[in-house]
Amino acid sequence: MDFASILQYLISGLTVGATYGLTALGFTIIYNTTGIINFAQGEFVMLGGMFSVFFLNVTGLPLPLAVAAAVAATVAVGAFIERCTIRPVKHPTLIQLIIVTIGVSIVIRGLAMLVWGKDTFALPAFTGETPLRFLGATILPQNLWILGITLVLLAALKRFFAGTMFGRAMLACSHNKKAAYLSGIDVQRMVLFSFMLSAFIGSVGGAILAPITMASYDRGILLGLKGFAACILGGLGNPFGAAAGGLILGVLESFGAGFVSSAYKDAFAFLILLGLLFVRPSGLFGKSAATRA
Amino acid sequence: MTIRRILVASVFLCAAVACAAFAASPARAGDTIRVGAIFSATGPASFLGEPEKNTVQMAVERINEQGGVLGKKLEVVIYDDETDVNKCVLALDKLARMEHVVAVLGPTVSGNTLAVAPKISRYHIPMISCASSEKIVTPVNPWVFKVAPSDRYAALRILEHIKAAGGGKVAILTVSNGYGQSGRAVLKEQVPTVGLELVADEIYGPTDTDMTAQLTKIKGASPDAIVCWGTNPGPAVVARNRVQLGIATPLYMSHGVASKKFIELAGTAAEGILLPAGRLIVADQVAADHPQKPVVTTYRDLYEKRFGSAVSTFGGHGWDAVYLLAKAIEQAGSDDPKAIRDALEKVTGLVGTAGTFNMSAKDHNGLDQSAFVMIRIENGDWKIIGD
Repeated sequence: MDFASILQYLISGLTVGATYGLTALGFTIIYNTTGIINFAQGEFVMLGGMFSVFFLNVTGLPLPLAVAAAVAATVAVGAFIERCTIRPVKHPTLIQLIIVTIGVSIVIRGLAMLVWGKDTFALPAFTGETPLRFLGATILPQNLWILGITLVLLAALKRFFAGTMFGRAMLACSHNKKAAYLSGIDVQRMVLFSFMLSAFIGSVGGAILAPITMASYDRGILLGLKGFAACILGGLGNPFGAAAGGLILGVLESFGAGFVSSAYKDAFAFLILLGLLFVRPSGLFGKSAATRA
Repeated sequence: MTIRRILVASVFLCAAVACAAFAASPARAGDTIRVGAIFSATGPASFLGEPEKNTVQMAVERINEQGGVLGKKLEVVIYDDETDVNKCVLALDKLARMEHVVAVLGPTVSGNTLAVAPKISRYHIPMISCASSEKIVTPVNPWVFKVAPSDRYAALRILEHIKAAGGGKVAILTVSNGYGQSGRAVLKEQVPTVGLELVADEIYGPTDTDMTAQLTKIKGASPDAIVCWGTNPGPAVVARNRVQLGIATPLYMSHGVASKKFIELAGTAAEGILLPAGRLIVADQVAADHPQKPVVTTYRDLYEKRFGSAVSTFGGHGWDAVYLLAKAIEQAGSDDPKAIRDALEKVTGLVGTAGTFNMSAKDHNGLDQSAFVMIRIENGDWKIIGD
C-alpha cells in the first residue's frame, strides 16, 4: 500500500465525511434547543441541492444567486415546518415531536418527487472540475469548497452558541424550558429560530455537496441516517463532535473500503460506532448528562 | 363493554372489506382479456418502471386500435410497487385474487421478480418480467418468462471486447444490489472462461456518492480494463471519479446505464466510455436491412411523439412484454392462463425491441448475445462500434 493511495483514501473519506458532518450539524442545533431529533434534517440537505438545481436551470439565475435563493427557500421551509407542524402540537412530548418530524420528512420527500420528478440532477461545480494533484493523490476544487465551508460553519456555530446571548438563550431552552421562560427567554421564538438555523446549515450543505453527490428527491434518507450516526459518534448536542463524528465516519468507511473490502464498507463504520457506544455511551466528545441526587 | 364494541366493529369492518373486495372484482367479461402489470413507477427504479408503464399502456391501446387479440380487447390493470418488494408481493396478490388477470407483465426489477416468482407458480398465471437477472429464468420456473436479455450476454459482449482489444487483466466494480451482484457473479464466472484475469473485485452501495476509494484500490492493481456494473446514479459517480483520479484505463459500463440520463449526469466524464446496449437506443445507426430496424424505429417514434421524452431500453421491455403476450394468446387461441403459458414457450421468431425472441421449454428468455451491440460515448452521444 503506497502513500499516495493512503492519502487518496483519506481525502475520499474526508469528502464523504463532510457530507455526514454537515447533516449532523443540523441535528445538533435543533437538539440543542428542543431536545428533538429532527428526522427531516436529511430533507433539508436534499432541498438545498434540489432548489439549487431548480433555481439554476428553471429560473436561470447564475450559480451563486441560485445557491443563495435555494438556501433562503429552505430556511423558509424550515420556519414553515416549525410553525405548522411542531408548534400546534398540544401538550407535546419529545417522542410525539420526533414522530412529527418523521412524518414531515415523508411529506417533503413526496412533494419533492411530485414537483421535480424522480430523476437525479447534476449541479455544476463552483470553480471548475479540473482535479488538483497533491502528493500523488487528487482532490477536486469542490472538495476544498466543502471542507472549507464546513469549517467556517463550524467555527461560526461554536462562536454563536458559546459567545452570544442569543446562542446561550437557545441552549438554555434545551436544558429547561420553564426556567428559560422564567428568565425572560422567548422559548417559541428560539425553537422557530433553531429550525431555521438548522435548515440553513442543511441547505448550505446540500448546495455545496450537489456538484459532487448530485441531487435527487430521495437523497435525504441515507444522509439523514449517516448524519444521525455521526451525531451519536461525536456525542449528541456537541457541534464540534457532530462534525468530527461525520469526518471520522467517512474516513473509517473509506479506509474500510480500501484496506478491508468495499463490500463491508458500511458495516465496518457501524461496527466501530457500536463498539464505541459500549465503551462510551455519550459519544466521543459528549459529556454525560449531569444528574442531581 | 368496550371489548364487545371492538368486536362488533371489527365484524362490520370485515364485512365491509369483503363487500369492497366483491365489488372490486368484476365478473370475467367475455369481450376483454384482463392483463395485470406491476411496475416500479416510483422509487429508486422509477427510471426503469415509468417508461415501462407508459409503454405498456401505449402498446395495449395500439393493439386494441388494430382489432385486439382474438377479437377481444386487452385490458391492463397496472400497479406501482414503488420499487418495494413487499408492495410488489401485495400487488401480485391483488392482481391474482381480486382482478383475476390471465397474465402478469413485470415486475420491473430483478429482486421483486424473484420474490414473487414462487407465488406466481402457485396462482398458475404466466408472468413476463421486464427485469434482467438470469436467476429469473435459471432454473426454469414454468410460469416465469422475461423479455430483458440476461446480464450474461451483456457481460460476454464486454469481456469479448476487452479480449479483442488485447486486454488481459480486468477489474470489476459492482453495485451492492440485486442487479450489481447478479452481474458480479456472471463476470467472476466468465472472466477466466474468456481467458482474462480478474485482478480487483470492488463493490459500492446504490446511493454512495464517492467511489474514489474503490477506484484507488483498482488503480493499484493496474488492470487493462475496468468494468462497472450498476444503474444510475452510481456509474455516473464512478465515471466522474475516474476522471478525477486521472485513470486512463478503459471503462466499461453495463447496459443498465444505456440512457441519455447517464451522459447528462456524468457530463464530459462520460466521453470514451464503452457499453453494450440494445439496438433501440441507437435505432438510427442500426443497418437498414437489420430485422429489428422497423420495430425499434416504430416504437421509438411512437413513444417520443406521445410522451415527449427520449426512448429507453427499459420502455422497450414493456413493448416486448405486451407483444410477446399478444402473440402467445393468438397462438394459443385462448385466453386461459395455462394455454397462454404453453404458447409462450413456443413463441419463435418474434422480433422485439431487445432482439429476436426464440422461446423454448428450456429457455424462457429466448434471446442471445446478438441482443447487444457495443457502443462508445462520443461527443455526448452513442456510437455503434461493433454489430
